[in-house]
Amino acid sequence: MSLVEILRVLYDDVLRYRPEDPAWPDRDRLILSKGHGCLALYAMLADKGFFPVEALDSFCRRDSILGGHPEAAKVPGVEASTGALGHGLSLGVGMALAARARTRDHRIVVVMGDGEIQEGSVWEAAMSASKHRLSNLTAVIDYNKLQSAGPTREILDLEPITDKFRAFGFATVEVDGHDIDALRSVLGRAPVDSAKPTAVIAHTIKGKGIAFAEGDANWHHKSRLPPEITAALYAALA
Amino acid sequence: MAERGRTLAMGEQEAVAGTAIEAPFGRALAALGRTRPEVVGVTADLGKYTDIHPFRDAFPDRYFNVGMAEQNLIAVGAGLAKTGKIAYCTTYGVFATRRAYDFIAIACAHSRAAVKIVAGLPGLTTGYGGTHQAIEDLALAAMIPGLTVIDPCDATEIMQATAAIADVDGPVYMRLQRAQVPVVLDAQRYRFAVGKAALLRDGADVAIVATGIMTPRAIEAAGALAAAGVSAAVLHMPTIKPFDRDAVASLAARTRAVVTAENHVMRGGLASLVAEALFDAGVARRLERIGIPDQFVECGSVPHLQKKYGLTTDAIVAAAKRSLGA
Repeated sequence: MSLVEILRVLYDDVLRYRPEDPAWPDRDRLILSKGHGCLALYAMLADKGFFPVEALDSFCRRDSILGGHPEAAKVPGVEASTGALGHGLSLGVGMALAARARTRDHRIVVVMGDGEIQEGSVWEAAMSASKHRLSNLTAVIDYNKLQSAGPTREILDLEPITDKFRAFGFATVEVDGHDIDALRSVLGRAPVDSAKPTAVIAHTIKGKGIAFAEGDANWHHKSRLPPEITAALYAALA
Repeated sequence: MAERGRTLAMGEQEAVAGTAIEAPFGRALAALGRTRPEVVGVTADLGKYTDIHPFRDAFPDRYFNVGMAEQNLIAVGAGLAKTGKIAYCTTYGVFATRRAYDFIAIACAHSRAAVKIVAGLPGLTTGYGGTHQAIEDLALAAMIPGLTVIDPCDATEIMQATAAIADVDGPVYMRLQRAQVPVVLDAQRYRFAVGKAALLRDGADVAIVATGIMTPRAIEAAGALAAAGVSAAVLHMPTIKPFDRDAVASLAARTRAVVTAENHVMRGGLASLVAEALFDAGVARRLERIGIPDQFVECGSVPHLQKKYGLTTDAIVAAAKRSLGA
């Protein structure tokens, strides 16, 4: 839930794409590197017409194209199979290099989880992105400050997160990841620096919008809910 | 050759008689680059040790050194491949398979990104010990669904395969021999095809099934066996996956015994694939295996190590005779 507004703004106001032609060469690319956030991505892709909205009801069911992690070969609009964390930023670097070689101006946006950037490969990719001055690449960190087993601060602290990206050669922006206008302004005007990749640190709340789940790591990848909890979830979203 | 225990410099080849080609991979890639503008080269700081320098010199703006970062190498290659490029990514086999395995599996194979991974120092082609000898890379690579796996035998095949894998609709892992690479196959007559075995010599008594650097030794062994009155066929398997099972089974069915020869551990590679192919086809033949045992190998000169672990013509001859009960 923490990345819903980020994806909403990207798909509503920032990215160029053609749902009827997902492989359009000049499209902007979005890589959801935190593949476990795929439900929000599926909802957005369905809303934009990449596949029928009814397909959402099949989420994680047998034979569904919509699994618990997004699969590039199955889901229209999904650029890469993700869920093994720490892949997306490198994929983005490759796509940004290719875009520049084709002298196309399409953008690449990589959405990463905060726990995800504990993976060392993210920093291999970060060095690569700044070395090649990939201003067409934007990394968005969904900084909800909770990972599977608890607060990032306790498990493997990411702070000073913005300084880290700056030290790795990114232009950085911090934003309230649930403020639509602020996101629109930040994501819409990236790159911040025409010679650098951009890192957007989006401060978010895990489980945003569902009061009893907000900020509670126990809701990380929860399944098999009793009916009364399901009803409460729908009520919270109404 | 005197064995004084000198450790050869990385990638240095043993002396070979006959002709050789310098940097066949890089030359072939540069040639390919002239007709295919979408070809790009990427390396994890091992450009000159993986022979990609002829491509770098020809196309400096299509060449990227991502630094010593093999995970990044593979996924950057996937990003390039997903955006219309044909990305040849070079490093050593040990680093590609051991360090970047997850990236090959998911960023390349699962995502259907057609990255071409070119991997140096296969098996006992370096004396630098267990850290650098890719002795189990074929098994690891072949376990990944949708990954094509190639182990070429000489300069001719490296050059042909370098061009051929550009047209494989998916990721490829190809082993590399570098620097002065012997020419064994006739470039005018030989035609490499992905997934196809090549019967280099026919024979009635024993089938020697070989891949990579062991194929030239198998050809030599067949010659020595002929002089001893044994008729040996040589079936070269440049593609480990998809594996040409029918070629193996049909040859074995018309010979009395089978010998496998690979520059790789004997589990999970050529020997295992041949055994499976024979079993599945219901062809029961005695099988003698030449390859590296299930252990890390020490430092030492390449000829010394290859002799110690039986990656030689003599060892193939002896195995063929054993297989026939001689």
